[in-house]
Amino acid sequence: MPAADVEPQGRGHRPRPLSPHLSIYRPIVTMVMSIMHRVTGILNVGGLLLVTAYLLSIALGPEAYANASAVYGSWPARVILVAFTWSMIHHMLGGVRHAFWDVGRGMGHSSRVALSWGTVIGAVTLTVVLWVVVLIVENF
Amino acid sequence: MRQPVDHAAKQNPTTHRAMVTPLKTIRGLGASRGGTEHFIRQRLTAIANFVLVLFLVVVAIALSGRSYPDAVELVGAPWVAIPLALAFVSVCLHLKLGLQIIIEDYIHSDGMKMLLLILTVFFCLAVAATGIYSVVRIMFLMTAVPA
Repeated sequence: MPAADVEPQGRGHRPRPLSPHLSIYRPIVTMVMSIMHRVTGILNVGGLLLVTAYLLSIALGPEAYANASAVYGSWPARVILVAFTWSMIHHMLGGVRHAFWDVGRGMGHSSRVALSWGTVIGAVTLTVVLWVVVLIVENF
Repeated sequence: MRQPVDHAAKQNPTTHRAMVTPLKTIRGLGASRGGTEHFIRQRLTAIANFVLVLFLVVVAIALSGRSYPDAVELVGAPWVAIPLALAFVSVCLHLKLGLQIIIEDYIHSDGMKMLLLILTVFFCLAVAATGIYSVVRIMFLMTAVPA
């Protein structure tokens, strides 16, 4: 948001005084989930690029696919993939949270706190479940 | 960008430009009138993404460990390829709208804002084009690769 301390300065303007905000406010779950929704949205751009690259490797032929599969299957890449799937699931659940609010539901104090905690706990849970399923499918 | 009417300077030529608050400056421009469309489009692509991306996660799990011909056969099948192509359209539009808000929130200089917004649009088009190209090419590969 535009703020008095980051306005474009020129012609000798002094920045206007501003009360402390981020430095003093105790993180509250609704507030943290709000910025996490934005952060995971940005991280999802990276995840999308990874998905697109993999799809392109299938289109480009068996050698490209074999290389991509080897890279994506290696454990450091897997760690990154887990992080990106968590980001996607977290953003998705955050979207569901916003959908509740868009129709006017769940805005009471306990509801919005519950929705926020539900987002963070649900995202971790679903990520774990997803990767357990992946490991089962790969190894049975 | 249309320059805002400088009410302070017009009415009182001796007023120091620095006495005009940001609110007074934007009052010359008015509302952008694009907000509602942006809001609706963001929600619409979000709903589409919810369905399509979940489906594609299932496909990705089914894809793991497959040989190349099996992978082509899975991704090239119409019940996978069509949602995949639609997902790229929906995700890239959602991405563009989201990044637009982020840029508008944090970048205040007109030139940099416009540049970044243009780059965002181009980036999203490039990703969508790459995704759809891949899907179409895999579709053609399906006839070439023996089952």
